[in-house]
Amino acid sequence: MSDIANRGYANPDVLVSTEWLANNLDTPGIRIVESNEDPLLYPSGHVPGAVQIDWTHDLNHPLRRDYLDKAEFEALMAKNGITNDTTVVFYGDKNNWWAAYAFWVFQLFGHTKAKLVDGGRQKWTQENRPLTREVPSYPATQYVAQERDDSTIRAFRDQVLTHVRAQKPLVDVRSPQEYTGELLHMPNYPQEGALRGGHIPGAQSVPWARAANPDDGTFKAAADLRAIYEGEKGLKPEDEVIAYCRIGERSSHTWFVLTYLLGYKNVRNYDGSWTEWGNSVGVPIEK
Amino acid sequence: MSPYPPQLAELVEEFASITDRNERVEALIEIADRFDEARVPADIAVKPYAEENHVQYCESDAYVWAVDNPDGTLSFYFDVLNPQGLSAMAMSVVLSEHLSGAPLEQVSKLDTELVFKLFGREVSMGKGQGLMGIIAMVRGAALDRLSKRN
Repeated sequence: MSDIANRGYANPDVLVSTEWLANNLDTPGIRIVESNEDPLLYPSGHVPGAVQIDWTHDLNHPLRRDYLDKAEFEALMAKNGITNDTTVVFYGDKNNWWAAYAFWVFQLFGHTKAKLVDGGRQKWTQENRPLTREVPSYPATQYVAQERDDSTIRAFRDQVLTHVRAQKPLVDVRSPQEYTGELLHMPNYPQEGALRGGHIPGAQSVPWARAANPDDGTFKAAADLRAIYEGEKGLKPEDEVIAYCRIGERSSHTWFVLTYLLGYKNVRNYDGSWTEWGNSVGVPIEK
Repeated sequence: MSPYPPQLAELVEEFASITDRNERVEALIEIADRFDEARVPADIAVKPYAEENHVQYCESDAYVWAVDNPDGTLSFYFDVLNPQGLSAMAMSVVLSEHLSGAPLEQVSKLDTELVFKLFGREVSMGKGQGLMGIIAMVRGAALDRLSKRN
């Protein structure tokens, strides 16, 4: 039994170890995908055979603030040689922050054959595993996606308002400074800024990275995660939970933890997050 | 007229002419590959580094040192503790190569817009915050020396 299987997760199969990845680099039916915050990392060296899916260029709509539509997702899959039966194995920098975001977008289109590499890029490089600058090319595929499902794991502003009024739990995964409103946005960074600081009323502050072990970026064991989300913050597995951050990427990580590792059935990611809420007229804010 | 010292202005102009994202990324990686030349030598600082040299909000754990030169200018040295911090390394190399020995008046006018001029507009807020923090430390050192001079 692997270390991952011993950690008490609700769905341990959604994680693979770096060792597993090293042993499956050439396994048919698997596509390794790197998703990073830092655009320099993949070209500077990546897991052999991995393709890059970039959060700005590949996952977001080029014009509207939204994600790909069905046809665009199908094109992305075809370009990267991914079929409906391919198991997509995500990894990335920052404790898999952006890899979890890509994973979440894939779930909007129902691609459930998806896994995260525990520890991501950090653990892979710490173990001195091979990296290459060779960008692979795979034969284009035919991929048929479902229509994007925004109803199950994605939350919109008005739904969040209803959620707040019903006093249901929210998790604010930003830094404590952002939660208190001390840090609004950085100078010269208006595109991710907000006119008001603070947090959505009732939201509990659990910075996203608390779910990861800082030494190697792996996820904490289920008992440790429960101590944070349930012991400290009072969440319950049967709760309807909405997670948010600034633009919805860090909260994808927390969505992943609550949904797959702790087995919560009803967790949504509010990707409008603080850049929408903190700029919206008339919505309630707490400091 | 460019607000930057001539060599840095030339680099910014070169990057302005890059329209292909991959070409920009490759150019930045080439710069980051020279990071050892910008790394702080042991006679200036050894780990654990002082907190005063730590760049605020930089997730790559960047550190900056400004060392006085006899002619009144400064030499800048850096370290980036996160081996994945390639962008921070690239920015450090740019500042080390182009601002060490530059007139303090010019260094003190360095603006954080340089981040976007080199990395493009799509750099994430977290990443941009760290890169701007590195610039702020360099500019702050120049302002400090200028204030002591007056």
